[in-house]
Amino acid sequence: MKTVRWSIPLALFVVLIAFLWVGLGRDPREVPSPLIGKPAPSFALHQLHGDKPLSTAELRGKVWLLNVWASWCVSCRVEHPLLLQLAKAGIVPVYGLDYKDKPDDARAWLAQNGDPYTASIVDQDGRVGIDYGVYGVPETFVIDRLGIVRYKQIGPLSVESLQEKVLPLVRELQK
Amino acid sequence: MIPEVGHFALIVALLTALVQGILPMLGAAIREPRLMALARPAARAQFVLVALAFACLAWSFVANDFSVQNVATNSNSELPLHYRVAATWGSHEGSLLLWTLMLGGWSFAVTLFSRNLPAPMLARVISVMGLVSAGFLLFLLFTSNPFERLMPAAAEGRDLNPLLQDPGMVFHPPLLYMGYVGFSVAFSFAIAALLGGRLDATWARWSRPWTTVAWAFLTVGIALGSGWAYYTLGWGGWWFWDPVENASFMPWLTGTALIHSLAVTEKRGAFKSWTVLLAIIAFSLSLLGTFLVRSGVLTSVHAFATDPARGVFILAFLAIVIGGSLALFAYRAGKVGLGGTFGLLSRESMLLANNVLLMVALASVLLGTLYPLFLDALNLGKISVGPPYFDTVFYPLMAPAAFLMGVGPLARWTRTPLPELAARLRWALGVAAATALVTPLLLGRWSLLVAFGLFLAFWIFATTVVNLRQRLSTSPRRGTLAKLRANSPSYYGMVLAHLGVGVFIIGVTLVKGYEVEKDVRLDVDESVALGGYEFKFLGVTPQPGPNYRALTGKVEVRKDGRLIETLAPEKRIYNASGQSMTIAAIDTGPWGDRYVSLGEPVSADATNIHGPWGVRIYLKPFVDWIWMGAFLMALGGFIAVSDRRYRLALKTRASRVFGDAVGHAGAD
Repeated sequence: MKTVRWSIPLALFVVLIAFLWVGLGRDPREVPSPLIGKPAPSFALHQLHGDKPLSTAELRGKVWLLNVWASWCVSCRVEHPLLLQLAKAGIVPVYGLDYKDKPDDARAWLAQNGDPYTASIVDQDGRVGIDYGVYGVPETFVIDRLGIVRYKQIGPLSVESLQEKVLPLVRELQK
Repeated sequence: MIPEVGHFALIVALLTALVQGILPMLGAAIREPRLMALARPAARAQFVLVALAFACLAWSFVANDFSVQNVATNSNSELPLHYRVAATWGSHEGSLLLWTLMLGGWSFAVTLFSRNLPAPMLARVISVMGLVSAGFLLFLLFTSNPFERLMPAAAEGRDLNPLLQDPGMVFHPPLLYMGYVGFSVAFSFAIAALLGGRLDATWARWSRPWTTVAWAFLTVGIALGSGWAYYTLGWGGWWFWDPVENASFMPWLTGTALIHSLAVTEKRGAFKSWTVLLAIIAFSLSLLGTFLVRSGVLTSVHAFATDPARGVFILAFLAIVIGGSLALFAYRAGKVGLGGTFGLLSRESMLLANNVLLMVALASVLLGTLYPLFLDALNLGKISVGPPYFDTVFYPLMAPAAFLMGVGPLARWTRTPLPELAARLRWALGVAAATALVTPLLLGRWSLLVAFGLFLAFWIFATTVVNLRQRLSTSPRRGTLAKLRANSPSYYGMVLAHLGVGVFIIGVTLVKGYEVEKDVRLDVDESVALGGYEFKFLGVTPQPGPNYRALTGKVEVRKDGRLIETLAPEKRIYNASGQSMTIAAIDTGPWGDRYVSLGEPVSADATNIHGPWGVRIYLKPFVDWIWMGAFLMALGGFIAVSDRRYRLALKTRASRVFGDAVGHAGAD
């Protein structure tokens, strides 16, 4: 009976460890975006290549990814090979939002590292970025046929996040 | 070459730590003196090796060796020398190496000041410390190698986080870690005592000075960190209930409880199992703090390095060290008994109440810190618990603790008759109440909270005076000086630390009650009046720094038309990282600070720095009393351990109970 009482601290500690273990698997930066389930903010911006503008209206009717990137962004280099693979596989079109960047730098960067984007639009003053609630580059949005934001990834895409979240969602939306 | 020497030293240190952790423990179990004798040399060798590794890393920083990844990420050739040295512990890897170095240092200190410990006890203590060391060395070598090379070498480093480029940050981490890690000694003593089956007054007496020193270092470390946040974060707060701050504050609360509980165990033989548990908890919280800060489980403004892979390692380490200790506690604590009995109104009961309050406060801080994590783990959403929670829960718990602080030292051991206690306290109560009612009126505005805070502070001062007078009047010596001398340093240490708490409470109360702040747009040569002072903005001028460009503002402070100070708040842009920093300018005085920090230029053309600026001005009455109070507490701790009786008594008692004879709880 006595040992039971002396074991209380141990029992409490075991509970604490269990919570910490679960907590480790979570990403505290994974903040839910208020945009999820809402229409993607509309934009009409110049493209990086050619002078045709691109607007959200033209993208209606297909599932697409919006990837926020910049030539000055270091972690964009981390996810870049994945985006190139994704473009090669042709599962889903990826549109780039070149965020607070110089168009010349951006074009040079794509020429050097490869261009995974169906098209990139230039958000030089970051206005569209504000509409989308961008708070760090890179970020990736999944947008459905009706133009509704379904998922937001803060920080670089990884093999896991693509396989576990983005791609299954894209496939389901494309059905 | 030098980094490889450091790396190699770490590997040998790990092997040495394993020898130190296993063989002497084995020796104590099978009573083999030759194995037990390994404890001292192994601990010393391990310390020297870790110190060598640390020196190698520091050298790499000083010599700008950007082929070392850690240096390339956290330093820059333009960084001034003292910050390059401080950058050694500015990174995750470096700060863990500092942790390990501190642990080695404390083990080394134990080998020096343990001549009178029985051999099995010393062997076990050193072994436990060796095992903890081995865990940290494994962590360093396998997940956080500070000597990782970068191929090809970087041409230039990415620079130390500008927030850390501050004199306060040169001293804050080493002192904080000194305290954090210092609780490992009390922990090791507790584990050794549980293993040896001997929990008595002697054990408490051995643990006391180590605990007090660690606690004093921790106090200074926390105070420096708070001061740093006050003047570098630019919004004049001194405590944010940030998870990382809480991580250092929780061991402090437990350490405070432990110091008091150890006093009872040493003098009256009571609270034995409780004291052991506190010693385990204090160090466990140090480890938990390291886990919270380093694993990325909680986000915080302080989290400079986070990595889930490392989190898994620390969590496993926590589970083994803390889980193992608590299991040992569950198995052994029931056998040591509860110790002496005491009356409902006695110094023991007061100290017990103080312990309970401190532990409830600890639990509330722990809950607040981990609550977001619990909710998230249970899929109940992501939230953050801010200062409102802590303010609501923490202050009401600390108020009775502060009140008891006045009563405790006046109560007698075992039993105090209520009328006697009341008679002693009547005078103090009157003085404290009167002062608390009148002082806020003199300061301009009466408020209940201010009056209550001041009451607690003056209550502590007044009861201290009563206590001191009583000690002097009952002393058999002649002459005030002789009477004063008759009291021990540990008594004066206690008095000083308690007065420190009073000073601290005054600071907190008055700054909360009477601070004023103003966010204004000021054109060049425009003035603003605040709390009887006039602040005149004279514009900004660009000024180059060693590794940054600064815009230095000039603000004249006048009182009654007389110039009393010219302040120079800065806005810095660091060259390598492009990060900007706000350096507030503070005119410090004993009765309060005048605090000015620059916001942003607010002219229509955002690049025009010679137009109007946003300027933040604060008046912070008595704010420095907060840190002054903390330093008094720490000073009290250092004075207390200077007491000769720890050394003398150690000798006589140790020789008396040498071997495995069970020592008896002795009255003082």
